[in-house]
Amino acid sequence: MGEASASEPDGVRAGEGVITTRALTKRYRGGQLAVDGLHLTVPAGSVFGFLGPNGSGKTTTIRMLMGLIEPTSGTAHVLGRPMPRSARAVLPHVGALIEGPALYGFLSGRDNLLRYDAADPTADPRTRRARVAAALDRVGLTAAAGKKAKAYSLGMKQRLGLAAALLQPRRLLVLDEPTNGLDPQGMREIRTLVRELASDGTTVFLSSHLLDEIEQVCTHAAVMAQGRLITQGPVADLAAGARGRLVVTTPDPADAARVLKEQGVADVVVDGERVTGEVPERDLAEVNAALVTAGVRVRGFGAERASLEDAFVALTGEGFDVAG
Amino acid sequence: MSQAEAVRRVNPLWTLGLFRSELLTTFRRWRTLALLGVLAAVPVLVGIAVRIETGNGSSAGGGGGGGGPAFISQITNNGLFLVFTALAATLPFFLPMAIGVVAGDAVAGEANAGTLRYLLVAPAGRSRLLLTKYATVMTFCLVATLVVAVSALVTGALLFPLGDLTTISGTRISFSEGLARALLIALVVAVSLIGVAALGLFVSTLTNSGIAAMATTVGLLITVQIVDQIPQLHALHPYLFSHYWLSFADLMREPVYWDDLTKNLGLQALYAAVFGSAAWARFTAKDITA
Repeated sequence: MGEASASEPDGVRAGEGVITTRALTKRYRGGQLAVDGLHLTVPAGSVFGFLGPNGSGKTTTIRMLMGLIEPTSGTAHVLGRPMPRSARAVLPHVGALIEGPALYGFLSGRDNLLRYDAADPTADPRTRRARVAAALDRVGLTAAAGKKAKAYSLGMKQRLGLAAALLQPRRLLVLDEPTNGLDPQGMREIRTLVRELASDGTTVFLSSHLLDEIEQVCTHAAVMAQGRLITQGPVADLAAGARGRLVVTTPDPADAARVLKEQGVADVVVDGERVTGEVPERDLAEVNAALVTAGVRVRGFGAERASLEDAFVALTGEGFDVAG
Repeated sequence: MSQAEAVRRVNPLWTLGLFRSELLTTFRRWRTLALLGVLAAVPVLVGIAVRIETGNGSSAGGGGGGGGPAFISQITNNGLFLVFTALAATLPFFLPMAIGVVAGDAVAGEANAGTLRYLLVAPAGRSRLLLTKYATVMTFCLVATLVVAVSALVTGALLFPLGDLTTISGTRISFSEGLARALLIALVVAVSLIGVAALGLFVSTLTNSGIAAMATTVGLLITVQIVDQIPQLHALHPYLFSHYWLSFADLMREPVYWDDLTKNLGLQALYAAVFGSAAWARFTAKDITA
């Protein structure tokens, strides 16, 4: 068995995503609805950020995409093929880091990768050692390759998990919290690595709870809450959806707040020397002139662009609390 | 995606590679080595005990073979009998316990460590992975039995004389034929363990805790042994995987008495088929949430 079904998956047809789900739903045996009618489209070549509070159904979705969990209803296509039915044909082209790395503590880092590579039916045993060495080098673990994995720090385990995802050239990388446990230097390296892979044409599906990280690396994003997809689209559009705020820095915050309210600025908040409010309809130059005319000493004045975090809070209305 | 990308072909020998990797992983676990160490120590202890006991010239086992494992009274005459004694001593508990630990841990242990999900997205394929695990546990049955047999043979050769031996039926066979029978007995003992192995593997697919699977398997083993001792439950006895275990001694008769031996092999095959299918049905349909 297997030879025919393990051939190259069909090219992704135009207009279809590398990942496409239609009404994807998972209800666990306890009756808990983990994912509810998900319509997700991940465009080819994108770096796709998958956001949501803990318990929002991100991991269940990723596990369904990887064929580990059977959907209750709905369909999921990965690289143009249905999952989990075509797992054997699709998964050799997918590198995955799911819910953190999992390693054999009694094996060295190198032996862990040799084991995972042996589990891939399309991996050539003749090039195995060379590919393992290349993957270790790519994540900066060459020096620690001979050490037992149980002696690795969390960051090193995370790197080894990434190396396992990079054992073969991939068309899709699914990375669940890839910078978890890494120091700032390591986070930057991973971000650079993700950008490198994306520029080679690999689609990267990245879940993270670090919004600024998503903003820095991702071209597209989707937001989930309580099992439902709230929004998806290019990151720039999402952030633009949330309104920015007017920020005035001044040693006279009380006067500034009064003048701003007179000028029709809503939701004025004073925080030390920072006075913020909603951006008014009228010309900001007039607002500034009014402040100066009223004798308010203005140190800084401007409209602050909305961050993805603002967009996220506006959408989920809850920030990153665990969903009940 | 570029069409120039090389088509990935399945390596025809891939399943063997996965099996090799599985064997290496199993036999490099400290736990596996410890179990084999215990199994190797049993014949040494039995040999030394018999040697000390008979140091003053009396024969072991009270002269009539009233107590102790089978063949123990003959060890002083021929070290080769230590192989049979050691297998008879380890078969009721030590050997199946070791198998229960390795089989119980096979799937549940990987699930517990999270490595199972990475093997499955590699993608190892659920049926192939289970089959590989099955083959590895069988290999462990054989290795564990051979460890006992070889350790017993070496100990027997060092502590006692070797030579022609007398079968249970009273006929004499040459040492080399005795050695061949010992090997055959070791194989039969290894096959006797298939039932426990299949049961352990099935239990292993039911849980995400390796410890729970090991404990359940060993618990079932003890329960079955107890049930086998209760005369009122004799209707059940022919279906218990341990019921015909000691039939391997019949290989030391001349001619060999095959009745119980074939019943044993048939029973082990039945267990392998029933619990193998159950494990397959469970594992291929299971949601992997660990």
